[in-house]
Amino acid sequence: MSESKVHFFSNEPIVALLGNPNCGKTALFNLLTGSRQKVANYSGVTVERKEGRLTLASSKNVRILDLPGAYSLYPRSLDERVTCNVLLGRAEGEKRPDLVICVLSAMNLRRNLRLVLAAKRLGLPCVVVLNMLDIAKRQGLNIDTAALSHELGLPVLTSVGIQSDGADEIKSFLSNLDWRNLSPLQSGTSDATLENVASHIAHTESDNVQVQKILQNLKLDQIIPDHLSDRLDTVLLHPVFGPIILVALLFFIFQAVFSWATLPMELIKTTVEFLGGQISELLPNTWFRSLLINGILAGLGGVVIFLPQILILFFFILLLEESGYLPRAAYLLDRVMGSVGLSGRSFIPLLSSFACAIPGIMATRSISNSRDRLVTILIAPMMTCSARLPVYALLISAFIPERKIWASIDLQGLVLFLLYLAGILGAMGVAWILKRFTSEQFKMNALMMELPSYHLPRLGNLAISLWQRAEIFLRRVGGIILIMTIALWALSSFPLPPEGATGSPIQYSFAGMLGEALAHLFSPIGFNWQISIALVPGMAAREVVVSSLATVYALSSSSADAADALIPLISAGWSLATALSLLAWFVFAPQCLSTIAAVKRETGGWKIPVIMLSYLFGLAYLASFITYRIATALGLA
Amino acid sequence: MNLDQVDLGSLYRVSEVIVPKGAPQIKGQLEDIGFLPGEQVSVLRKGLLGKGPYMVRVGASTFALRASEARMISVECLLHV
Repeated sequence: MSESKVHFFSNEPIVALLGNPNCGKTALFNLLTGSRQKVANYSGVTVERKEGRLTLASSKNVRILDLPGAYSLYPRSLDERVTCNVLLGRAEGEKRPDLVICVLSAMNLRRNLRLVLAAKRLGLPCVVVLNMLDIAKRQGLNIDTAALSHELGLPVLTSVGIQSDGADEIKSFLSNLDWRNLSPLQSGTSDATLENVASHIAHTESDNVQVQKILQNLKLDQIIPDHLSDRLDTVLLHPVFGPIILVALLFFIFQAVFSWATLPMELIKTTVEFLGGQISELLPNTWFRSLLINGILAGLGGVVIFLPQILILFFFILLLEESGYLPRAAYLLDRVMGSVGLSGRSFIPLLSSFACAIPGIMATRSISNSRDRLVTILIAPMMTCSARLPVYALLISAFIPERKIWASIDLQGLVLFLLYLAGILGAMGVAWILKRFTSEQFKMNALMMELPSYHLPRLGNLAISLWQRAEIFLRRVGGIILIMTIALWALSSFPLPPEGATGSPIQYSFAGMLGEALAHLFSPIGFNWQISIALVPGMAAREVVVSSLATVYALSSSSADAADALIPLISAGWSLATALSLLAWFVFAPQCLSTIAAVKRETGGWKIPVIMLSYLFGLAYLASFITYRIATALGLA
Repeated sequence: MNLDQVDLGSLYRVSEVIVPKGAPQIKGQLEDIGFLPGEQVSVLRKGLLGKGPYMVRVGASTFALRASEARMISVECLLHV
């Protein structure tokens, strides 16, 4: 599953799209390449690399590279460093682009033009594209492209990123280009070097003067405010109504994620069970059948079952992102997050973690501050992911009486809410403690986030991004989950029980031995040996604990209503203190190995995953210990 | 006057960016996103009780800045409303 460097068509020219964040570059990239895109990582770093192919009218193929957005060519974030290295031909495994297309937002020439001047200095052939020209025209901004082209000494094309024919001018320009001799588009020498601090400061000042002059010559130096966005912001960012709207929106998204996903998830579950049934009818009862059903099929099912929730969640996140609301949500939440040493940017990854921590951890890439990113990764597993729900549901229905306590609030629902709350508070507490250990220097440069104008999201762009998310999840994570499930199946199945054994087979397996050893460790927090054994296969995914418990209690593990059969067994066999302790354990426990693997992948080493494993284990043990002792003291044993 | 003390909606001009010792990179960062001498800047919105983060318009773009970041930008008044 290593990220391959994409060099399928190495003889075709590379055209790099360069631009400020929020200049409409990615919409343009989608227009140029359609669905012929490939998403991977740049070599050695977790920065997304997007490449697509465009076939020109001359039937020549070009590769289009969508570089990460950059405010300047002096690298400050990981994204900007990648952009600079690619443009300088220094990125590992990357060919230097043959042509740079500088994408400018016509609405924000002042800042965007500075990047063009910096790009010109690189000595690569350059073309300028004025994007969002439709919005500019609507707002009464008339840009003389011929004059701009004269001022810059580069061809200036125009585009409208939100129209299906909006990139036609670029396509025809590229078709008519003499690719063997691009030097007319080049300025200066091409012995480019990375700007150092001194030259960057000097350039910033001189570029600013030059941009000012260009804008004056073009009579564009007045600023036209975006009235529509400003009007929307008076409501959406209102100090009182803003947060209320945000909470309502989040509540809606949440319930949509859980209620809309129910049907497809049921469908997936039924299909997996049906296939399992078919296999057990066709094959004799051997270890091979068990591998097929409990290893491979269960592993695949475990991957696919979360896809509906993840897709729905990402659909909303992408919708909010495309519309321009997402940075505003981060703005609204910055104060809350700031109190525990994070910034509003951590909000989205943490929100995603409520579906599953893995996409949440993947989403931390958008956090530019590396300390904030690490802290967000470390606390993401404490957000109650949906895999905990089956376990919570089992324990709550077995041990918490169904009783209305006040108005329409019932006790079972309250306990579930408290479990969610405990995770959030735990995460905030850990972030707060980590803040104490951070030196002043790293606390700086936290926010500085652009709030782009609002846009109507385009379904085509949404569909492309959503497809890419799903593909990334299945490719990067699916493999890990599958392997883990098979490995844990092997641990729970071998060695086979001796002839004439009376207990359930798992007791005699490696997992059983491990579980019995763990039982000593877990007895102070009230776990019996059955729970301890079930926790071992539960490392694959939390919800597996339910079926494992069924296995340990020698129920038929493949039966769909394992939980229903378990409820009377465990409510008779376990004390309430044990059940509460297990609930507390699940709030914090580093249960799923796939998350740990995802953290290793995203942080590029074992250090952070090991820290995460140990601190979550400690926290879970502590929480369970306290819960168990208090419950026992209260006589709930 | 610094950007954290200005009146909402009034128009100012950036005179310089002064950063505390120990955080030199933040100056360049602010300059990259457009806080350059001569740029027009106004604070559009503050958080509850006038605290940060601020919604700041510089040139034609809008940024969210924390109070500590706004404090580094010294400005002079162009148009008071």
